[in-house]
Amino acid sequence: MVTFVDLRIARDGIDRLGPVSLSLDPGRRTLILGHNGAGKSLLLRAAHGLLEPDTGSVAWAGQTPSASRASRGFVFQSTPVMRRSVAQNIDFPLVARGVPARERRSRVGAIMELAQLADWADNPAATLSGGEKQRLALARALVTNPSTILLDEPAASLDPAATQLLEQLILRAHADGTGIIMSTHDLGQAARLAQDVVLLDQGKVALQAGASAFFAENAPDPAMDYRAGRLRSNP
Amino acid sequence: METLGLALRLLTALDEELLGIVGLSLYVSLTATLIAAIVGVPLGAILAMRQFWGRQILIVITTTFMALPPVVVGLVVYLSLSRAGPLGSLGLLFTPGAMIIAQTILILPIVTALSREAILPLHRDYRDLLWSVGAGQWLSLRTLIWDARFAVATAILAGFGRAVAEVGAVLIVGGNINGLTRVMTTTIALETSKGNLELALALGIVLILIAFAINVLIHMTGRWGRRYQVSN
Repeated sequence: MVTFVDLRIARDGIDRLGPVSLSLDPGRRTLILGHNGAGKSLLLRAAHGLLEPDTGSVAWAGQTPSASRASRGFVFQSTPVMRRSVAQNIDFPLVARGVPARERRSRVGAIMELAQLADWADNPAATLSGGEKQRLALARALVTNPSTILLDEPAASLDPAATQLLEQLILRAHADGTGIIMSTHDLGQAARLAQDVVLLDQGKVALQAGASAFFAENAPDPAMDYRAGRLRSNP
Repeated sequence: METLGLALRLLTALDEELLGIVGLSLYVSLTATLIAAIVGVPLGAILAMRQFWGRQILIVITTTFMALPPVVVGLVVYLSLSRAGPLGSLGLLFTPGAMIIAQTILILPIVTALSREAILPLHRDYRDLLWSVGAGQWLSLRTLIWDARFAVATAILAGFGRAVAEVGAVLIVGGNINGLTRVMTTTIALETSKGNLELALALGIVLILIAFAINVLIHMTGRWGRRYQVSN
């Protein structure tokens, strides 16, 4: 389990997240829902160890996020593509782990096929479209066979076709054994992908529920309020 | 026009004295550039990547020293290498070695500061990714330098351009000794004062060609680099 205990993150003296206490099954597909400014990105970044909380802690099966990061991948909202070819971008996490060249070639080739990027393998990654860049980011996160990947609104700027392709890859990764923890503000996307939902509002957990309960006709009030657009985003 | 004709004749005849001077100039400046690149590029990357005590002071020093007056560098190196100086026992004064030291000191801040400028925005883009994939400090350093290679190459070329064109420092520490420490710029100064304009003009043409080649290379590296640099 990944456990958040009294997690709190402040910016300029104002609490942006927390206190949050939460347990998630990192093998399932968990969608973190909430309006802009609800604290979704902060929660994911703290979960991965990309930022230190002001108070509280995160533990992955008892380990700190930093110590356990090798077992995870992270897909950023604004994908930093490296100034290299597509194949070299995807290869980079394997280089960082010291994987032998032959095995790297085989794994990169396989994941590029899966992500439909093989035709651009030797092209500079910077020349890819937005959707292709996000597939590259997902492929780069998956190439190390992580047990869980964290995705920070990966489809926020994509058109419907690119979003659909990305979601197919996410579902395929989960079917292959990789847990998904992903933030979005898109209800439709949550309905398509989620097994579990965590709803954040004003930096706090408003609701944690199974997807079927969250999207039910008689869902709890916070779910109904969010679905009806009655929860307000932070300015 | 007659002087220009004589100068061109020296160039086309591959005059031995002229070739020796050009060769020594390139040897001194390329060696200084190599040393400055080996030290300055990683130093610039570390200044871009790491937060440590004294970092801001180092940044201010490198930026300030970009505009070091060559004659002041020459004077300091002269005092250090002179017989009574702290490095006098090395016996380097009035040798190409002294000229390499002076030019290295002169261009190291340029290569360091421009490398830092090239790597800083890349580090902002890559920082979370490098951490996320578990890249260590050494791999992060190599990755940033490699991915900023076109801009770093421009920084190195700018350093070489400054080295090969400067006259004050190499004149003071080299002494402009015929056949030993006479380089293009010091020869131009000397021969002009003697009224021997054809050799000075021939060397001036070579210097301009080198400056032109450097600018073409900077332009080309910029073009190659932009292919990989569409914003994220």
